[in-house]
Amino acid sequence: MTQHPFLALTESDREQMLGTIGVGSIGELFRDLPSAVRLGRELDLEPALSEQEVFDHVAELAERNADASRELSFLGAGMYDHYVPAVVDAILQRGELLTAYTPYQPEMSQGVLQAIFEYQTAICELTGMDVSNASGYDGTSVAADACYVAKHATGRAKVVVTEATNPQVRQVVKTYGAGFGLEVVEVQHRNGTTDPDELERAATDAAAVIFQQPNFFGCLEPAPDLVAGAAAAGALPVAHVDLLSLGVLEAPGNYGAALALGEGQAAGNFASFGGPHYGFLAARNEFIRRMPGRIVGETVDAAGERGYVLTLQTREQHIRREKATSNITTNQTLLALGGLVYLTWLGPRGLRELGETCLSLAAYAKQRLRERAGLEAVFADQTTFKEFAVRVGRNAHEVVAAARERGVHPGYALGRDYEGMDDVLLVSVTERRTPAEIDRLADVLAEVAR
Amino acid sequence: MKLIYERSQPGRRASALPRHHDLPQPPVLPEELRRREPPRLPEVPEFELVRHFTELSTRNFGVDTGFYPLGSCTMKYNPRINERLAALPGFARLHPLQEEEGAQGALELMWRLQEILAEVTGLDAVSLQPAAGSQGELTGLLLVRAYFTARGESEQRRKVVIPDTAHGTNPASVTMAGYELTHVQTDARGNIDVDDLRGKVDEHTAALMLTNPSTLGLFDENIEEIERIFHGVGALMYYDGANLNAVCGISRPGDMGFDIVHINLHKTFSQPHGGGGPGGGPVAVRGMLEPFLPVPAVVRRADGGFGLDFDRPQTIGKVRGFTGPFGVFVRSYAYLRMWGPRLREMSETAVLNANYVLARLKEAYDLPFDRLCMHEFVVSARTLKREHGCTALDVAKRLMDYGFHPPTIYFPLIVPEALMVEPTETEAKETLDAFCDAMLAIAREAADEPELLKGAPHHRPVKRLDEVRAAKHPVVKYGFGEEVAAQLSGRSGVSGSASEQ
Repeated sequence: MTQHPFLALTESDREQMLGTIGVGSIGELFRDLPSAVRLGRELDLEPALSEQEVFDHVAELAERNADASRELSFLGAGMYDHYVPAVVDAILQRGELLTAYTPYQPEMSQGVLQAIFEYQTAICELTGMDVSNASGYDGTSVAADACYVAKHATGRAKVVVTEATNPQVRQVVKTYGAGFGLEVVEVQHRNGTTDPDELERAATDAAAVIFQQPNFFGCLEPAPDLVAGAAAAGALPVAHVDLLSLGVLEAPGNYGAALALGEGQAAGNFASFGGPHYGFLAARNEFIRRMPGRIVGETVDAAGERGYVLTLQTREQHIRREKATSNITTNQTLLALGGLVYLTWLGPRGLRELGETCLSLAAYAKQRLRERAGLEAVFADQTTFKEFAVRVGRNAHEVVAAARERGVHPGYALGRDYEGMDDVLLVSVTERRTPAEIDRLADVLAEVAR
Repeated sequence: MKLIYERSQPGRRASALPRHHDLPQPPVLPEELRRREPPRLPEVPEFELVRHFTELSTRNFGVDTGFYPLGSCTMKYNPRINERLAALPGFARLHPLQEEEGAQGALELMWRLQEILAEVTGLDAVSLQPAAGSQGELTGLLLVRAYFTARGESEQRRKVVIPDTAHGTNPASVTMAGYELTHVQTDARGNIDVDDLRGKVDEHTAALMLTNPSTLGLFDENIEEIERIFHGVGALMYYDGANLNAVCGISRPGDMGFDIVHINLHKTFSQPHGGGGPGGGPVAVRGMLEPFLPVPAVVRRADGGFGLDFDRPQTIGKVRGFTGPFGVFVRSYAYLRMWGPRLREMSETAVLNANYVLARLKEAYDLPFDRLCMHEFVVSARTLKREHGCTALDVAKRLMDYGFHPPTIYFPLIVPEALMVEPTETEAKETLDAFCDAMLAIAREAADEPELLKGAPHHRPVKRLDEVRAAKHPVVKYGFGEEVAAQLSGRSGVSGSASEQ
């Protein structure tokens, strides 16, 4: 058999090595395995492919997908087609960063450690918080992490999530909650946003209140009032936010949120059919020793020079084991680094301009859908950020199918998650869409809707 | 070196964005929701950005840089073709809520990966959803709970058994899943102490969590007896796949009796570790557990196409958004297709490499269990510590001066001054020999010049870092000059600004 390209040992290497070990064959190395648990046959897999063959095969699979370069897409609902600049790819492909692991040995890992410290700083700046971890899996799991923090911080075993929070976030919180004993209560939206009084009543005895800003419908919640309502009930207010809105929208820390978290994909990651991305999780200082996951801190070396290390590790599973603040170990560092590079690329002015552009384009889209297609926004009197719900007059899945035949994906059918919304589409407009493309969406919907 | 925030100058920027000046004015945001102070993100031109992060990369060490025998982490070569494939627009720009008909290639790739993982683990059904090993563990334990709930035994079965060699994630996952821990000891050969086990497993036991080979790098010789003990009382067996790189194509967890397995795609199947992540933690299960797997399931439809099945009434729910970290699946799928049935050679070589290094290091380091190892092994520096005052940490730091990433140290917990070495199949004999020569030289240095070890590293961008100080006075973000005075209180002769390098 030919030498496999990912192996280095030659026949003579193997013989010398077996001699040093003192065994006669590679098979002998496995003598501790009882014969009953050995496979005893070849794995039933297709024969090994060369790199060229695997490229052709996998590229053919990629060709069969209608991605955003092949279809004009207004899909959002938690994942967004924002532009990812070339510098992100270039930095993330540096092998020294790409192929390293968790920086347990700080002297070998100052690059990653400093990058995480810079990332933590960026997340704290955006959210107005005191401490950020090095990332969580995604925007759903960090919400579950926050519940775990809140349960232990308050001693309460209930959490309130607004119905206008991303349905997948709610599902994941429920799945995790079933494990560590957390009751999950949902508060309905009223005409697209959450009523602060209703939220406060529901928050009695709750460890935390999770709301999303902008919410899943794209509407701006009365966030300061929701936070005040949660706090009045003694629950920790947790804001699930879009990083790219935070150039124009107030930082959750500045209106009193205890924790701020969310999905980082929009900031510097490709949609990539759902991952990998990064979840960010930040908190006020009082929760620093309850934070899940890695945190990088500044220190000095033996010569007094500044350097960075993983810190507060006594929170973590490899030290605290069953008493850890979370079981997380592998996180999403590379994607968070992509986020840092992207946010650096944007800078404060770029972030603000991006937010303004999203606001403008989405407002333009709302207007065009009304004028050209006669479609009304469902929550017409609410302010929206980069997406909005629109009634299409017939089953939204049928509208999606018909529009896709015309080369346009018009948005997400909300009937999947909300009763009474079978004829509602959630339309997302990022800075990647142009006014001309929005006009085309309006024209196509004029044909296929109603 | 400077932080990116210390390179920042007001007015500079790296981005130019499309502007549409002919659009109507955007809606006026309510005053109380409007951002008052802009976030202090860095302000740098694009080339400053590239230089900054390139300089950071030069201060980091990856598998691409050199030998990285970090035990339990399987730091193998990550083929570059993986990156090219994951970046194809048909994958990278594919929205996870695309209609099934618009995502047939992605769904087929996931379905094919599930089929391969089922064959490699010897189990029946796979969910790719968990984001990493520890989330796979939590998923597995929630499956255990759902299984016993369906059988009316959830109140009765509260205990999960874990050996004292387990990864820290195992007990942490047990707590998060709401179970109680039962610890079981390791015997004199490094196996689970079966006598200890017998007294602890009964009708209140829900499951065993086991890594096999263990974190000692040893295959449990009593695995058949262990299987009889757990299945005999109706409990389930969970396999932590962290060490799957030892046994691919040789022995399958399903054939060892395990009912649930998580696989670390970033360890065994070449997803780059990314400085800490991303990972992938698919879970494979026996048929009776399939109804409880997370939704949606990726299925092959009757018409030969591929789809997502949300209609699983007994599902545990979702542990992560969408169907999992898809880009990781692209990489692992490509990798697995390049091995095919030759995966066995991968594991055989990993085991050969580990045994070779072990054979060469035995003379200078203590061996807690004198057996052949699997893909990794644990030696101890306790003699060096007793005789020369040099610890495992000192050995690790000194290895850096020889150009190697240190092994995992102080784990597993039952071995004092542990050094856990996993060479992987990747490395050439010359590399292994250079590493062994360095380890043996360090052992001699410990006797002759112990301060060489205690002062190490000597040739890295920084000297040994003060981790205690970092934890005592946490500084976890840049202070923008404002907090420098506060941060410096209690420090002597240290500049908080970036005067160095």
